[in-house]
Amino acid sequence: MRSTPKGLPHRRPGGLLKALGAIFASIVVILLVVAPASQATSPSPTPSPSNQTFQNNISGFLRDDTRAPIADVKITAKSGDFEGTATSGANGAWNIGVPVQGTYEIELDESTLPEGIKLAEGQENPRSVTFSQTSNLSVIFAFGKGIVVQQQDFGQNLLNRLVAGLSFGLLLALASVGLSLIFGTTGLTNFAHGEMVTLGAVLVFMFNAVGMPFWLALILALLGGGLFGYVQDAGLWKPLRRKGTGLVPMMIVSIGLALAVRYIIQFFFGGATQQLPFAQSPEIQLGPVSISPNNLWSLVISAVVIAILGIVLLKTRLGKATRAVADNPALAAASGIDVDNVIRIVWVAGGMLASLGGILWAYYRPGVTFDMGSQILLLIFAGVTLGGLGTVWGALIGSIIVGIFVELTTVFGLAADLKYVGALFIMIVVLLFRPQGILGRRERVG
Amino acid sequence: MDFGFILSSAAGELFSPTTAAYALAALGLAVHFGYSGLLNFGQAGFMAVGAYGFAISTLTFGVPFFVGLLIAIICSAIFALLLGIPTLRLRADYLAIVTIAAAEIVRYIVTTNQLTGVTGSANGLAAFEGGFYSMNPFPEGSYFGMNNRDLFIRVVGWGLVIVCCVLVWLLMRSPWGRVLKGIREDENAVRSLGKNVYAYKMQALVIGGVLGALAGMVFTLPRGAVQPANYGTELTFFLYTCLLLGGLGTVLGPVVGAMIFWVVLSLTQGILYGLIESGAVTWLNTVQAGQLRYILVGVALMLLMIFRPQGVFGNKKELAFA
Repeated sequence: MRSTPKGLPHRRPGGLLKALGAIFASIVVILLVVAPASQATSPSPTPSPSNQTFQNNISGFLRDDTRAPIADVKITAKSGDFEGTATSGANGAWNIGVPVQGTYEIELDESTLPEGIKLAEGQENPRSVTFSQTSNLSVIFAFGKGIVVQQQDFGQNLLNRLVAGLSFGLLLALASVGLSLIFGTTGLTNFAHGEMVTLGAVLVFMFNAVGMPFWLALILALLGGGLFGYVQDAGLWKPLRRKGTGLVPMMIVSIGLALAVRYIIQFFFGGATQQLPFAQSPEIQLGPVSISPNNLWSLVISAVVIAILGIVLLKTRLGKATRAVADNPALAAASGIDVDNVIRIVWVAGGMLASLGGILWAYYRPGVTFDMGSQILLLIFAGVTLGGLGTVWGALIGSIIVGIFVELTTVFGLAADLKYVGALFIMIVVLLFRPQGILGRRERVG
Repeated sequence: MDFGFILSSAAGELFSPTTAAYALAALGLAVHFGYSGLLNFGQAGFMAVGAYGFAISTLTFGVPFFVGLLIAIICSAIFALLLGIPTLRLRADYLAIVTIAAAEIVRYIVTTNQLTGVTGSANGLAAFEGGFYSMNPFPEGSYFGMNNRDLFIRVVGWGLVIVCCVLVWLLMRSPWGRVLKGIREDENAVRSLGKNVYAYKMQALVIGGVLGALAGMVFTLPRGAVQPANYGTELTFFLYTCLLLGGLGTVLGPVVGAMIFWVVLSLTQGILYGLIESGAVTWLNTVQAGQLRYILVGVALMLLMIFRPQGVFGNKKELAFA
């Protein structure tokens, strides 16, 4: 960061190189400060530690009908040659590490259940479970006669998925609004946006693991995201804009940045899946919808943040200036708007929004991994393209459509591990008939 | 640290089948991006189509080797047509997003458990290379420390690279190639001369895609297995790194770029592992050393693009972008 003061050191050819170094240095510093975290144990209730060698986990909590944990129950997972077992801990948690994301047969050894406790009626055991794009799969066994296993009818399922999809779509929107603003003001298609998403969740985990309270970790992670946005703009994109680099080379530079940052994060964070505090939350019934409190929080938080962002963009001078720059940078500069300043603010805001989106994504999946951001990068792109590149409201609407679409396709019989395909396919089809997107202006895009 | 071993394994990468596969795929990208200006970010998808097209037709339908080869090529041409129809009229950044999405769709489809019987899902497919190795003309024995199978795949892989390079070179100096370069420089000017820009772009997309499919086959044959995890978006990005290393609008650039890419990766791995084993470096473990190499790839891609976008051989006037 030292090489990007208010002066113009970028005029020298070495300046850019130095600035580039500064970006990586700042990421490394941020991660180094909290590096012991990767060795520290997860602050969330960690199930049996014997399975940490695999990246994919099947896990769950065993609780009886009075919600008391059930310990020392043996559970096995089988698939082909692979067989893994786990025993539930004192808090009822169990976790089986598995080598690949596939279909597994899960069996709970009923002879190890404590006396008087039985699986609830209609609970399949053994049952077959399948990973759906995430590296963590939770399996719920219900016990006792108090719990009636709900045979969800189609309408119920549809409603639940709709709400979950809305929650997912809004968290996608947090990231895609930032991406769209950046595209609108600078023309850059930023492939490193997924890493900005990852950074938010990784920072929360690391700050929390070094012993900071959860709220402080959240605030610091958001600030870290904003700082990353600022440093990226000041150290890399602004000098490149000055140099007059074209949009396609800038896109390829952003790919290089994405690769580098992804592996820097993996370097410090490791390849394992970690959980944020309070990641396990049982579903609650809210009127006709059953939703986990985390999803509900996520929905509310992202809706509020997007509403605030909307008010800022529509009502304040800064918002007006941002929209002016997005519309026509040269004209905006001519009418006295400090374009560089607006772009800087957009990068900081974009970084913070992406971080927030990443934290919520870590709860939605659930789990933190080094490549969690790049997993949804294409869905973010799909949302932005669907709505219209460069438009804020388009990004919002497009993301919500993508989120709901991803969740709903599983209701209508598409396999869970294909659910992203539907969203990407829709994006291609929309481009075929309305290349400017839903809200984009009619203009020639080819 | 055994420098002899490190150097010899790095030199081995020069002519490894994987390097040949990268060279072929990057050559396809040179046709797309370097000569036609098409920003195809889905080359990994073309490679997957080639590899799976061959493996599935061999395993599921039991066709002989050359029929499988033909099917793989036809599949990739169809994939290129499907991809080109909606996207070739769009701006470069839209094309990039759509091609990367299409490649991911291919990967999701071959990964899904729904089709395990055909694609083997996440575990992939294996044991389809018998037809290829049964044509091996080299008798068993040791050739420069390789067995006859290793030698055969190298000869075929690099033979293919040479043939394809010559073909691309001939194509690009033909009138057809000149129109293609014209499209890269100024699409509207070419259109005003009465050329069907759309058709030319489509032909370029198909040719580059077929090169990608061949690369996919060269990539899988020595492994004897095809797994979906190998065909993620990162593969495409590595190919772009190879292409930019060598030079965009050149025939030999992608080949030399792939060689440099793999030799440097092998050298850094050898040196880092050596330093760790000898205890000179303690702040790093071998897993992290592997990640460090990919950090370097990312940084190299950025630096190349910023400071030497034309690569080692390229001509700055021949760039696909202003």
